[in-house]
Amino acid sequence: MSLQITDLKIYYQTLRGEVQALESTTFSMADGEIMGLAGESGCGKTTLGHSLIYMKPPMKYMGGQVLLDGEELPIWDMDRMNEFRFKKISIIPQYAMNAMNPTRKIGKMISELLGSRGVDFKAILPELERRLGLVKLSTSVLDMYPIELSGGMKQRMVMVLSTLLNPSLLIADEITSALDVASQKAVAEMLVEFRNQGYCKSAIVITHDISILYQIADSILIMYAGQLAEKASTETIIHAPRHPYTKLLISSLPEIGIKSTEKRLTGIPGNPPLLLNPPVGCRFRERCPVAFEKCTEAPPFIEVEPGHHIACWKEGETNA
Amino acid sequence: MNTAKKNEFLYFALKNWKLRIGFVVIGVFLILALIGPLLVRNDPFAYANPTGAKPPSSDYWFGTTFFGQDVFAQFVLGLRATFLVGILGGGLATLIGVVVGFTAGYRGGIVDEVLNMLTNIILVIPTMAVLLIIAAYLEVRSIFAECIFIGLTAWPWAARAIRAQTFSLRTRDFVDLAKTSGMSSFKIIFREIAPNMMAYLIMTFILQFGGAILNAATLDFIGLGPTNTISLGMMMQYAVMWGALLLGMWWWFIPPGLAITLIVGALYVMNVGMDEVFNPKLRET
Amino acid sequence: MNRYFTRKILIYALTFFLAVTIDWMIPRFMPGDPIQNMLSRANVNADAAQVMYTYYAHAFQLDLPIWQQYLNFWGALFRGDLGISIYLFPTPVAKVLMRAVPYDLFLLLPAILLSWWAGNNFGAFAARSKWLDNTVSPIGYILSATPYMWLGIFLAWLLGIVLNIFPIAGAYSFDLQPSFSWKFIGSVLQHWFLPFFSLFLVMFGGWAIGMRNMVIYELEADYSHYLEALGAPQRLVRKYAFQNGILPQITGLALQLGVIVAGALVTEVVFSYPGIGYLLLAAIQNQDYFLIQGCFLFIIIGVLIANFAIDIIYILVDPRTRRGMTGETA
Repeated sequence: MSLQITDLKIYYQTLRGEVQALESTTFSMADGEIMGLAGESGCGKTTLGHSLIYMKPPMKYMGGQVLLDGEELPIWDMDRMNEFRFKKISIIPQYAMNAMNPTRKIGKMISELLGSRGVDFKAILPELERRLGLVKLSTSVLDMYPIELSGGMKQRMVMVLSTLLNPSLLIADEITSALDVASQKAVAEMLVEFRNQGYCKSAIVITHDISILYQIADSILIMYAGQLAEKASTETIIHAPRHPYTKLLISSLPEIGIKSTEKRLTGIPGNPPLLLNPPVGCRFRERCPVAFEKCTEAPPFIEVEPGHHIACWKEGETNA
Repeated sequence: MNTAKKNEFLYFALKNWKLRIGFVVIGVFLILALIGPLLVRNDPFAYANPTGAKPPSSDYWFGTTFFGQDVFAQFVLGLRATFLVGILGGGLATLIGVVVGFTAGYRGGIVDEVLNMLTNIILVIPTMAVLLIIAAYLEVRSIFAECIFIGLTAWPWAARAIRAQTFSLRTRDFVDLAKTSGMSSFKIIFREIAPNMMAYLIMTFILQFGGAILNAATLDFIGLGPTNTISLGMMMQYAVMWGALLLGMWWWFIPPGLAITLIVGALYVMNVGMDEVFNPKLRET
Repeated sequence: MNRYFTRKILIYALTFFLAVTIDWMIPRFMPGDPIQNMLSRANVNADAAQVMYTYYAHAFQLDLPIWQQYLNFWGALFRGDLGISIYLFPTPVAKVLMRAVPYDLFLLLPAILLSWWAGNNFGAFAARSKWLDNTVSPIGYILSATPYMWLGIFLAWLLGIVLNIFPIAGAYSFDLQPSFSWKFIGSVLQHWFLPFFSLFLVMFGGWAIGMRNMVIYELEADYSHYLEALGAPQRLVRKYAFQNGILPQITGLALQLGVIVAGALVTEVVFSYPGIGYLLLAAIQNQDYFLIQGCFLFIIIGVLIANFAIDIIYILVDPRTRRGMTGETA
C-alpha cells in the first residue's frame, strides 16, 4: 500500500463555527495507482487533497491517521511536514499559472528552492533538462521569467518541478481545468507517462471532469458533501456504479464514447447540504431516490467487492 | 449585491476592531466639532483673558493664547473647519477621481489614453506647490475656496486606482451580459459596476478625506489658509509665529496637531479595517 | 521598454511645459496690476519703488502681445534668468535659489532614503504575524497620520526647549562663519538633526504601512503558497515576498514625492532651515512674485529629476520591464 488513510477528519474554523468539510475518511491507494478524486465543487475533494500536504489555518485537523509507504505523515504539524513535502509528497496546484515567482528566472527559482531543501541543483540539472524534454519544453525556459511562458508551458513546467524529487505521492489539483481541450489531453497523458517513468509512485488527480479521469485514472473516488461515496476501478465507476449518487452523477454526464449526446443531461435535483451544520447520517439522503429510515445513520465505507468500496445502506446491505 | 452578502459584510464590519476604533475616534471629534462651539462661552477671537497666556484651567480648558484668546474655543471651531475640508475637499477629489477613472477605464482607447496622460501629469506635479502659488495670489480666501483647490489637485491617484478597478470589472461576465442585453453605458456603470466598486469607493474617500485634512493643515500653516475663520493649521501657525515654543506654551500647539493626527490616523486604521472586511483573505480568524 | 521610456519622457516634457505655463499665467491673469500689487506691499521708500517699478515693468513686458510675453518667458528661462528678487533686491532669483538648494539636498536625501529603507524593513517585520501586525503597525499609522509641521513643532519643543538637547532654528549657530572646522560641521549636524528626524519619522510611518500591506498581499500570493507546499522554509518565502513587495514601494516613492516636498516645506519653516521651503515662505510673506515663481520651478524640476531617476532604478530592478513584458508600471 502506498497511501493509507484512516478516519481522517478535517474541519474549517470560521467565525460562524466549524465547517465539517471532511468526515471520517478511510481509504487506501496501491503503489503505482492513479486515483481520480471527483465530485461537485465543495464536496471536500480539494480539502482532502490539500490536507495531505499543506494544512494551513483555517483548515483544522480533527483526527485520523495518514500513512505514506508505512510512515505516518504529521499533517497537523506545519513545520514537521516540511521534511516530507516535495520529497515524499508533492502537489501540482490548481493555480499553476501563477505558481512561480514572477520576478525570478525559472531556473534561478528552482535552484533557490532546491538549495533551501538541501538538494544540489547542479547535480540534478541534467535530470531536470531531460524531463523538460519529455514535456516538450526547451531547456531555455530555465533562463526565462514565468511571464514569458504560455499557460500550457507554465503548467508543464510546474509539473516537472513538482515531481523533480520523485515523490511517492503526487496530488494533481485541477491540472487541466485552465487549459484548452488539446492541451488537456496532452497534460493528462504526460501525467501517466510520469507515473510510468517512476517520477511519482502514485497520484491523486482532483478534478470535476470525469472524462479526463476516464482517460488516465486507474481508479476513481467519488465524494459527496465531505463524505466518501464510492471508490472503484475506473471501468466500474463509469459502467457499473452502485452508489445512488455516483449513478446520478455518471448518468448526468454525456455518455463517454458516444459523440452526439442523444440522451438529455438529467442533472441531479436539489443542492448539496451546507457543511456548517450538516444533517446527521448520509448527507446525500435529502436528494437520494432510494433513501430510507436507516440513512439517518452514517453508512460505513465498506468493500462490497474486491477493490470496490461504497458507503450506502441499500447497496451495502443487499450485497455484503 | 444581494442581502446575504451585505449582511456578511456588516457582520465582519462590526467584529473588526480597527473599524470600531476608527469610528469611535472620528465620532468623538465630530461631536466635539458639532456641539463644542455651543458649549464655549468665549468668542474664539476675543481677547478674553486680559492677563494674556495662561495654562489650562477650569475657566479655559485648553488655556489661553499669547493674546488671551480661549484656545478651546479656537480648537472646536478649527475642528469644524477640519471636517469641512475633509468632507468637501476629499469628497470633491473622490468625485473627480471617480468620473475620470470610470470614464478612462470604461471607455478605453483614445479617451483612456488622454485621461491617463492627464492623470499622470498632474500626479507628477507637486500639488502643494501649485496650491501655494495660487493661494499666494489671492487676497481673500474662504474655506470653501480651500476645499475646491484641494479637491481639484488631489484627485489623480484616486482616478488611477478607480481606472484599474474599472478595467478589471469591465471584463467580468456580468458586464458582458448587460452589454449583450443592450443596456446603455450609463446604466451599466451605475447598475452593474458601481455597486461592485462601492467598497473601493468608500476606501478611496476615506483616504482622500485624510489627505485633504493634511493638505489644508499645510496650507494653513504656511499662512495661506482661509482669511475669515480659524483652523487647526492656523492655530499652529500663530503658535509658532508668536513664540509659543520658546515660551513653553505647549497647550497652544499640542491640541490642534494631536487632533489632526488622531483624526487622520483613525481614518487610516478604518481604511485597513474596511480592507479586511471586504477582502476575505485578510480577515482575522 | 522603448515605448515605456518614450511615454515617460513625454509625460515629463508635458508636465514641465504645463508647470512653466502655470507659473507664467498666474501673476498675469490674476486681477489687478501685478507690479503695483507687489510693490505696494514691499516696504521700500518711494525712490527705490520707482527703480523697482521700472525694472519689473520691463521684466513683465506687459506692453508686448501675450504670445510674445510667453515666448520671452521661455527664452529667459533657458538662459537661467528667473528675474530679480524683491525681498532680496537686487539679487537674481536664480542665485538666491542656488544658495538654498544644497540645504534641501542635505536634508531631503538622507531623510527620504533612510526612511524608505527603515520603513520597508519595519513594515515587512510587522507583516510577520498577526500579533506583531496588531501591536507594531499602529505606530506606523499614527506616524504617517501626523502632520509634518506638528511633529516638527513637537520635537522642537520636547528635544529643543524642554530637554534642551538640540538647537531649533537655522542651519548653523549664528555666531559661526561657514568654514571647514570641526566646530562648524558639528554645529551644522546639530541643527540638521531635528528637521531631518521629524521628516524621517513621518515618512517612515508611511513606508512601513505601505510595505506591510505589500508583504501581506505577497505572502497570500499563489507563488508563496506553492513554495510553502513544496516545503520551502519561511526564510525563502519571506525573501521573495519582500523582494516583490518592494517593487511597488519604488513606484510609491515617485508618487509620494509631492507630499514629501510639501512636508519638507513646512518642516523648514518650523526650524527656520534655509532651504527652498523657508525661502518660499519668505517670498510669500513679502509678496516676492519672482521668487515664488522661481521656487515653484525649482521644486518642479527637482521632482521631475527625481522621478526620472526612480524610473531608471525601477527598470534596473524589475526584470519584467527589461524584458519588455509590461507596458506601464508607474
